[in-house]
Amino acid sequence: MPVQYYIFLSIALFCIGVMGVLMRRNAIIIFMCIELMLNAVNLLLVAFSKMWADAGRVDAGSAQLFVFFIMVVAAAEVAVGLAIITMVYRNTHSVDINILNRLKN
Amino acid sequence: MVLSVIALVSALGVVLSKNPVTSVLCLIVTFFTIAGHYIMLNAQFLAVVHIIVYAGAIMVLFLYVMMLMNLNAELEPQKRNWLKYAGAISGGALLVVLVAALRDASMPAISTEASEMGLIKNLGQLLFTQYVVPFEVSSILFLSAMVGAVVIGKKD
Repeated sequence: MPVQYYIFLSIALFCIGVMGVLMRRNAIIIFMCIELMLNAVNLLLVAFSKMWADAGRVDAGSAQLFVFFIMVVAAAEVAVGLAIITMVYRNTHSVDINILNRLKN
Repeated sequence: MVLSVIALVSALGVVLSKNPVTSVLCLIVTFFTIAGHYIMLNAQFLAVVHIIVYAGAIMVLFLYVMMLMNLNAELEPQKRNWLKYAGAISGGALLVVLVAALRDASMPAISTEASEMGLIKNLGQLLFTQYVVPFEVSSILFLSAMVGAVVIGKKD
């Protein structure tokens, strides 16, 4: 199975995530699109690790642990980010990011 | 192949659906298909962790926040439609550029035979010998993220 298949799948998922970040106004949906982009990159990392492990260059375990650490960081990021969104909602009663264009007053 | 089509369709559903809860459900479907890809790539432990962490924890957190905010039928302001088209066009342009750049790259193919590397035994061995310092650092990161989330989310 050619690795291009996974490359194109990851690129498509990543671009859908970029599109969502640019198109939507809802802060929660933007956050979910960021998760989607992170997952596209993770998928590509796993595909490349399998590819180079088959070629005998690296061991696949290190790359998979790298993906594992990315998931750890993503989980921490989601916890803090959702807390921030909740606080924004409490202060402005909306999750529209256009309200946040002025962070002053 | 079927998994990829489902992943792409549900990812589009995340972006295009009006209802945020539908977006969350579509994102869960996407995560399950990505977990299926992990299994096909001999990363069984990653697939299980992916389902537990994303579909089990993160998406539930999203749904909770959405429930707390009660924005089920929230109307996103639809004025400034050109911004939406500009976003779609620039995302599509990024897609075209990346695909065109990588179309002719030659890389070794992925073999389909199974390997034992993605099992939890081998990964755990590696995690607790060679990568024990990043593991501990990530635990500190989790602790600080937890404290930060509590401090930010606290009523002041």
